[in-house]
Amino acid sequence: MCTYATVKTTIEGSAKGPESSWFHVTDGTIYFDHPVHAMAEHTLNIDFADPARGPSARVAVELTAASARQLVAAIQAALDSAPAELTT
Amino acid sequence: MPRRRAAEPRHERPELIESSRMSETLTAQTLLITGHQGDEVEAYLAHPSGDGTRGGVVVIHHMPGYDRATKEIVRRFAELGYDAIAPNLYWREAPGAAPDDAAATARAKGGVPDERLIGDVGGAAAYLRSRPTSNGKVGVIGYCSGGRQAVLAACNLDLDAAVDCYGAFVVGTPPEGFPLQVTNLVDQLPNLRAPLLGLFGREDSYPSPEQVAELDEILTANHKPHEFHSYDDAGHAFFSVDRPSYRVAAANDGWERIRVFYTTHLGG
Repeated sequence: MCTYATVKTTIEGSAKGPESSWFHVTDGTIYFDHPVHAMAEHTLNIDFADPARGPSARVAVELTAASARQLVAAIQAALDSAPAELTT
Repeated sequence: MPRRRAAEPRHERPELIESSRMSETLTAQTLLITGHQGDEVEAYLAHPSGDGTRGGVVVIHHMPGYDRATKEIVRRFAELGYDAIAPNLYWREAPGAAPDDAAATARAKGGVPDERLIGDVGGAAAYLRSRPTSNGKVGVIGYCSGGRQAVLAACNLDLDAAVDCYGAFVVGTPPEGFPLQVTNLVDQLPNLRAPLLGLFGREDSYPSPEQVAELDEILTANHKPHEFHSYDDAGHAFFSVDRPSYRVAAANDGWERIRVFYTTHLGG
């Protein structure tokens, strides 16, 4: 199926992308739909992008649903392990 | 053990060999066509050689974009004897970008508006009909999100045949509250202007077998000619040869259904 489901969020950070160069990222697009490369019918896909730099300024990941949930938990755990004053 | 027979000498009949070779010669190229509101839109064209007239097919790519797999489909229709073209529906958002980057950009911007899709498919059909080889008949086929868009096009344009390959939300309720807006086509189905071939997987959830049955009922009630086939052991995207969803039996039978359907409606 095409889920059509898309969640967008603004982000502030950097990503290492095309041609091994770092770039500033401003937008995150998260959706559960067909992957381009992963060997699964559907994956949780995240695009870290800077639309101002054009369509290729994008770092994409395609994760199985289970691994996406593990990632969410891992991110939360990493944030929780740091002193609160550093992560607010 | 049967003895292998020696290869028989070929009957050299140059005129037949030449004729056969000509029918198997294809040309494929990228070009710009006139799409919605006069915009120039990139498109991929494939056609057989020869001056005889033939039907045309507009291929609507799946949500992952105007990719290599889509171009292979276009070439297959040329091999089947049609002038075939696929407009790049994401051209405006990402001209010249890699297909996956273009698809991501288009998704982030909300997807392809229905009105623009109709204009671009209409432009592609007009281009095919303008070719000297056209017999005036043009069909449309779409995969995944393109399946819904093929039905949408056939409700709004003068087309001679339409094929919906597992398009979601022709009927049914799309998700709400997401940037990528899509509506079902229930209110447009009474305007369907072309016979519709629908190819679905019984293991698909969008469209589900119940939604396929609902679409069947609506078309029957509106006296719209249609022919549906649903395959066991197949879910969504069973035609996609480069994805785990590929199902060879369903895809092979589906291609044969398409060939017969287009021969009936686009031939002559």
